Amino acid sequence: MAELKNWRELPIGGVIDKPATAKEYQTGTWRVIRPIYQAENCINCMFCWLYCPDQAVEIEVVDGKPKMKGFNYYYCKGCGLCVNVCPKTNDKLPEEKRAIVMKPETEFQE
Amino acid sequence: MPEVKNRQAVTGAQAIANAMRQINPDVVAAYPITPQTPVVEYFAQYVADGVVDTEMIPVESEHSAMSAVVGAAAAGARAMTATAANGLALMHEIVYIAASSRLPIVMPVANRALSGPINIHCDHSDAMAERDSGWIQLWAENAQEAYDLTLIALRLGEHEDVRLPVMINFDGFIISHGVEVVDFLDDEVVKKFIGEPKVKYPLLDVDNPVTYGPLDLYDYYFEHKRQQIEAMKHVERVYKEIVDEFEKISGRRYNIFDKYMVDDAEYIMIALGSTAGTIKYTVDLLREQGHKVGLVKPWVFRPFLKKELQEVLNGRKAVVVLDRSASFGAEAPLYEAVKSALFNVENKPLIGSYVYGLGGRDIKVEYIKQAFEDAFAGNLNPDEERYLGLRE
Amino acid sequence: MALNIMQLATKFADKNPGITPGHRLCPGCAAPNVAKFALMTAQSLGYTPIVGLATGCLEVSTTIFPFTAWNVPYIHNAFENVAATVSGVETAYRALAKKGRLVDPEKKYAFFAFGGDGGTYDIGLQSLSGAVERGHKFIYIVYDNEGYMNTGNQRSGATPPGSQTTTQPVGKKLPGKVQLKKNIVEIMAGHENVYVATVSTSEPMDFFKKIEKALQFDGPSFIAAFSPCVRFWRISEDKAVDISKLAIETGYWPLYEVERGVYRITKKVKELKPVKEFIKAQGRFRNLLKRPDAEEIINEVQEYITRRWERLQILEEATKDKPIR
Repeated sequence: MAELKNWRELPIGGVIDKPATAKEYQTGTWRVIRPIYQAENCINCMFCWLYCPDQAVEIEVVDGKPKMKGFNYYYCKGCGLCVNVCPKTNDKLPEEKRAIVMKPETEFQE
Repeated sequence: MPEVKNRQAVTGAQAIANAMRQINPDVVAAYPITPQTPVVEYFAQYVADGVVDTEMIPVESEHSAMSAVVGAAAAGARAMTATAANGLALMHEIVYIAASSRLPIVMPVANRALSGPINIHCDHSDAMAERDSGWIQLWAENAQEAYDLTLIALRLGEHEDVRLPVMINFDGFIISHGVEVVDFLDDEVVKKFIGEPKVKYPLLDVDNPVTYGPLDLYDYYFEHKRQQIEAMKHVERVYKEIVDEFEKISGRRYNIFDKYMVDDAEYIMIALGSTAGTIKYTVDLLREQGHKVGLVKPWVFRPFLKKELQEVLNGRKAVVVLDRSASFGAEAPLYEAVKSALFNVENKPLIGSYVYGLGGRDIKVEYIKQAFEDAFAGNLNPDEERYLGLRE
Repeated sequence: MALNIMQLATKFADKNPGITPGHRLCPGCAAPNVAKFALMTAQSLGYTPIVGLATGCLEVSTTIFPFTAWNVPYIHNAFENVAATVSGVETAYRALAKKGRLVDPEKKYAFFAFGGDGGTYDIGLQSLSGAVERGHKFIYIVYDNEGYMNTGNQRSGATPPGSQTTTQPVGKKLPGKVQLKKNIVEIMAGHENVYVATVSTSEPMDFFKKIEKALQFDGPSFIAAFSPCVRFWRISEDKAVDISKLAIETGYWPLYEVERGVYRITKKVKELKPVKEFIKAQGRFRNLLKRPDAEEIINEVQEYITRRWERLQILEEATKDKPIR
């Protein structure tokens, strides 16, 4: 996190004079569970991308069509909405057949 | 209403509406409240007749009036509103936000007593309640000054080194509704004087999106307030530059303080607004009787510029401060400011506080004489608030 | 032009639609999606959004100085005046356009005012009503999470009966809020020359369509968006969409629109599920359900919901093709 600026260095009026400065803020540290993307089961319906409140689902355009890339763990808060809306993920499917699997964050800590 | 040209007999409201016509602001949002209503009415007629191309928003309350002009000014438009008394009190929350957002809004205020009980007549309690808000406060003695100061205010607020909203205070009914002779400037002269709007961080510049009104936690609020304090420090210099220019186009000089018969005065009275006119008349009467009296009338009350006041008042025999508002349980606002400014002067004058004219109570020559006579007799007590015109 | 998710995904694959990540809203909060859906629709239809926002969850969490999660021009003024503020911005736009002082005169702007239910149903109702009555061309979107959630779940005019809040808790004696939720859509529809609609993030196509309609409507629009609060409705973080679906299926949050007096139910539900299902799915009704008079209270709510649904259907029938102007 940047050093705090003094009053001479700030823009006046309380204005934030650049857009999207929140992108520097890492909300991924909030996570206690993380979604794991299993591309082989994904149908690229884009629902998880649409529903992620933190726009932490990365997609790209290939041949004019949107395609899933994966999750952005810098921002992902682990809410699980992606799993909830994913048509290819539910409790009835075995884990390896799901498009998204939620795992505890502790499995990924150093 | 016909276009007013040059020397005219007009009410203060007409004079201000004419200033607004010449400014031709982009947006005006106003809500009627006595005695400001005629200002808005004259201006609305200008809009309806196409005399100005201002977009006028007939808002549903003063709180929304100030909110709308904050939105308009942030968008990049020149925005004005006008109000009085409880209307000003209702917009209080947003008045602070206008100043902290550094938006150069110009607002004539027809000074009227704050309720309760409800009273529609002149006193200064409304503007005094806003003295900590961060707005620049200019005070007019008559319709001419109300007109001139509205034009000066616009240049002052928009200046790069200031960027603050400005309130022009003019006494309700006394100035707003009284007919006086006013010398107007030509439309073209005014247009050139006020110039093109100077805009900073406009919302409508979508290629440079800005965020107004963020949440400040305890790590930034203090620094933002310090910036407002700094802006107030620049007002003296910028104001002097602007009034120099104004003098050239009008022949009228507006310093920080209006000094009447002050050079050799032993006894000085200090007051804001239209009462200064009556005081000047009283000063003349007393001078004929051989008393060395004078008047200091602040044209600029916020910022309160102590240094010049200290220089003027140092060494005088006595200073008498008249306040048209009271601060319950403490000293009256103008008195408090003057007394505190005199704390460290080398030769402190005697000083006394007089509250007068609340709720439109008339201030007569004999009351002013009474206050001066207390000064002549050395009968002043700095810790005693006295009242002029009160039935005690 | 019907928007679909694929089109939107293609368009916004590499850019943020007005709101960006890095905001501090709770995990699973519906509010950022409300904003996102609206702004995405506007931008994909060629509009440049300018956003005004009332004090509340969305405002506070997206603009903690010096971080802003907005990449469109944005203004927060105070709690109760976003409609008045945006009417000032919108008027400034028209004034500058008239005077030829716009930076880019070709741009098509969309003026959005967002507010929570607190800043809309209660303290903000006056400025909202004034702005709509004056006919400013803007879209007001209320993200309705049924309480003052930013300050810790105090009751608002939008709180349903029986819901646990800190200022009208369900206690040993009193059953919490007994008043019905204010019908803000009907209040705003009463402003005559207006387009009002209810939306839900669980029905994205309906949401996009209504925003499109609002953008094209010649006058002010009011959109009430169902916005579950995962924290204070005491539901699991991933359940915002499920609860929204249930709200629609039980008739608790009917999806409909009113365009100058013409009512249209946009999601027909053949048979409403009992509202008890909606109530039981949320922890905020736990204390209500423990009470001996719980059944009574729930039945009252059920009756209200049923009657209201019937009334909507009658209104749809009665006002078909009969706009008031």
